[in-house]
Amino acid sequence: MIVLFGLAIGIVAGFFFEPTVPTGLQPYLPIAVVAALDAVFGGLRAHLDGIFDDKVFVVSFISNVLIAALIVYLGDQLGVGGQLSTGVIVVLGIRIFSNVAAIRRHIFHA
Amino acid sequence: MPELSTQAPPAPPTGRSRLLDGLLGRPSRGQVIVAVLVMLLGFAAAVQMHITHTSNDFAGQRRQDLVDLLDSLSSAADRADAQISELQRTRSKLQSQSRAKAAALAEDRRRLQVLGILAGTLPATGPGVIVTIDDPRGTVSAAAILNGIEELRDAGAEAIQINHRVRVVASTYVTDGDGGIIVDGHQLAPPYVIDAIGSAHTLGQAVVFPGGLSDDVSALGGKVSVQQAGKVVVSALHRAVTPEYAQPTGS
Repeated sequence: MIVLFGLAIGIVAGFFFEPTVPTGLQPYLPIAVVAALDAVFGGLRAHLDGIFDDKVFVVSFISNVLIAALIVYLGDQLGVGGQLSTGVIVVLGIRIFSNVAAIRRHIFHA
Repeated sequence: MPELSTQAPPAPPTGRSRLLDGLLGRPSRGQVIVAVLVMLLGFAAAVQMHITHTSNDFAGQRRQDLVDLLDSLSSAADRADAQISELQRTRSKLQSQSRAKAAALAEDRRRLQVLGILAGTLPATGPGVIVTIDDPRGTVSAAAILNGIEELRDAGAEAIQINHRVRVVASTYVTDGDGGIIVDGHQLAPPYVIDAIGSAHTLGQAVVFPGGLSDDVSALGGKVSVQQAGKVVVSALHRAVTPEYAQPTGS
């Protein structure tokens, strides 16, 4: 329950404050959001599996975001930032789909 | 045979019950940490959505993306330029073609009129003479009339008609008939009126020169009067027939 509250507060705060993101960070924000989303779904799946560990969750969340941003940064330096961010999005999307499928099996047994 | 135990071991909690526990139970330390991280996620997602929806300029784009965009735009502009010049070429080609067609059409119209006057299928007007041949005794022969027509042609008559009924063309024949002459199958009775378009003075001279039509008719007992006119109308038409045997040669 408190997790859902946190999510709602974050969304409301984001819309309410409308902070300006530094131009240099703007390409990485969407990648970071998708990576964090992947971590969250992974955590939910682990929770339903009964193997959830908050330390693992925190580490995976932060490392997901950092690694995704790092890959895209590297791609930008190599001149293939657009393609590499597309690749990262695709991989994270596949992971999100498989995690959501596992969650669905837990909840609906289907 | 082992005895069945009456008390089953407690079943492991299912995913559903764990979810309900998480939603309804007391928040643990782990849940608080997760809530903080998820709050960060929601915050970032909301900010990103806001950026995506509000900024339509290229400030946040990668340099490489901008270069690609510029490249594609300039190549699109090149293609459009090429198309423009191609279409302009086509347009000028079509314009010159249509000009040539219009010129050809005007030339054809002109030739049609010239040929129509020559063939007798178009009415004509212009300066010329009106030759009246009085033949009170019916003694003027077709040969004399034909000679007169030939004299007029020699003098450059461009369109000739007789009695306002018969157009004289290349195939016109003149024979003697009952009480007059037959021209192209039309029975004509005196007085004969020959309208000829051409140089009025020359045509007049062609009729009255010694030994010409005037003298011939006088010798036969008739009388010729020539009237030079600034405007003679030749309105009788010859019906053109398609040649049955003569065919145009290839060139």
